[in-house]
Amino acid sequence: MEAMFLLIAISLVFVVAIGVAFWWAIFAGQFDESDSAAKSILGDEENE
Amino acid sequence: MGTSGTMAGQPETFNYGVVRQFTIMTIFWGIVGMGVGVLIAAQLIWPELNFNTPWLSYGRLRPVHTNTVIFAFGGTALFATSYYVVQRTCQVRLFSDKLAAFTFWGWQLALFLGFFTLPMGFTTTKEYAEYEWPIDILIALVWVSYAVVFFGTIAKRRVKHIYVANWFYGSYILTIAVLHIFNNIEIPVSLWKSYSAYAGVQDAMVQWWYGHNAVGFFLTTSFLGMMYYFVPKQADRPIYSYRLSFVHFWALAFTYMWAGPHHLHYTSLPDWTQALGMVFSLILLAPSWGGMINGIMTVSGAWHKLRTDPILKFLVTALSFYGMATFEGSMMSIRTVNALSHYTDWTVGHVHVGALGWVAMITFGSFYYMIPRLYGRTSMASIKQVELHFWLATLGVVLYISSMWVAGVMQGLMWRATGADGTLTYSFVEGVSATYPLYAIRLIGGLFFLSGMFVMAWNTYRTVKGQPKPNPEVYKYNPDSTDPTLVGPALPQTAPVAAKVVA
Repeated sequence: MEAMFLLIAISLVFVVAIGVAFWWAIFAGQFDESDSAAKSILGDEENE
Repeated sequence: MGTSGTMAGQPETFNYGVVRQFTIMTIFWGIVGMGVGVLIAAQLIWPELNFNTPWLSYGRLRPVHTNTVIFAFGGTALFATSYYVVQRTCQVRLFSDKLAAFTFWGWQLALFLGFFTLPMGFTTTKEYAEYEWPIDILIALVWVSYAVVFFGTIAKRRVKHIYVANWFYGSYILTIAVLHIFNNIEIPVSLWKSYSAYAGVQDAMVQWWYGHNAVGFFLTTSFLGMMYYFVPKQADRPIYSYRLSFVHFWALAFTYMWAGPHHLHYTSLPDWTQALGMVFSLILLAPSWGGMINGIMTVSGAWHKLRTDPILKFLVTALSFYGMATFEGSMMSIRTVNALSHYTDWTVGHVHVGALGWVAMITFGSFYYMIPRLYGRTSMASIKQVELHFWLATLGVVLYISSMWVAGVMQGLMWRATGADGTLTYSFVEGVSATYPLYAIRLIGGLFFLSGMFVMAWNTYRTVKGQPKPNPEVYKYNPDSTDPTLVGPALPQTAPVAAKVVA
């Protein structure tokens, strides 16, 4: 299954990239205030 | 009126123009793609409907149907909603107007080229990747531009937090780029003919690595992004558990990639690879249901809205079908179940639970929320027609999937039935003839669904006709601003200044 050498390599690159994004998100405080983040999208509507 | 953070020159506005373009084309492609689907469903009952014309033969029209509904209807809907959601949640205009316009025209050109070349017989024969190499290159260029526009917009956002919907959209854009490019590595021999760089079972493995992830990322994570914005907006409640949304996002991101081999059970693919695909497909059930539960529970406490709000009905019904499709998919990836279901119409039924029940319904719900807002209105021209569309679509899906379940299980059982002496009990054609009535029910279901699409088109026409095409001003203050001097309430408390629109 030579194709797996390619696909597994791509997956490993992806996992590293996802891991880096995850790491950044945690330490950049993206998950610190999940309550206000969840509500944030509800307040942006113009007065209709 | 310059009260919204006075700046020299023109105030920044949202780019709704490109969103409007994608929105209208989504409805056009929905009618075309589903119309072709109804035609080929009818051909399975009345083969004469190919009119003895090669271009109208089932084998050529079937990929036209699949590609048009997935990439033209679904893909165009994803462009529309992702551009809308990323601007609203980041409180900033799209990164590049020109590049965004290129993604619109390039994507539509690719779709039209595909729509005409497939019936002419130009095909790579790789399922969901049938477009020939010149179209593949155009798609790759459009997709890279899409990534630049999307991530560029996130990079220049005015709020610190990246809303969860953007993570889903972002992962879909990145993954599809990689899948598309690696699956379509091919050697052209003429303008409309190429050969895959992979051969035999290697090609099959790469193809279904692509094929299942196309389902997983093109038709699932991306539409979850849609769900995470439009369900809370329509229900006017924050998502049930924001933490769960991230837990299941990262779980999906880390585990989704390896479900593909379950399309190749009992083939020359090595056993260990088949087992790998099966195990990962079963693991997927957990993060998939995380999203389904999170979406449905968002409406908890506001269930009464389901009685009166057809848009919310669309969204919640879509989530229910999503839960069904992901459960069914995991079960069908088990080898012994697959032995019965594979190559039968059960698979076709399963795909349509996802495609009609989940993808199309969540799109309809989201669009009914978004379309009026793109044209300076508060609601669609007729809510009654939204309700009518909901019932047409729901009836259509139910007829479609139940007939295909019955047909599939029946076919599987007939094909494997053997007499005491080991000979097959039924010839293949007996299975075909037993399926006829079920094909008729499927066609009726498809007609219901397609007529709902026409109702939507008519309602949209009435909603947008003669309306202004506003591009609302971006309000510079928000509670989570990246610029400390612009931290403030999202909207002024007194006058509706932010509602000012720049046509």
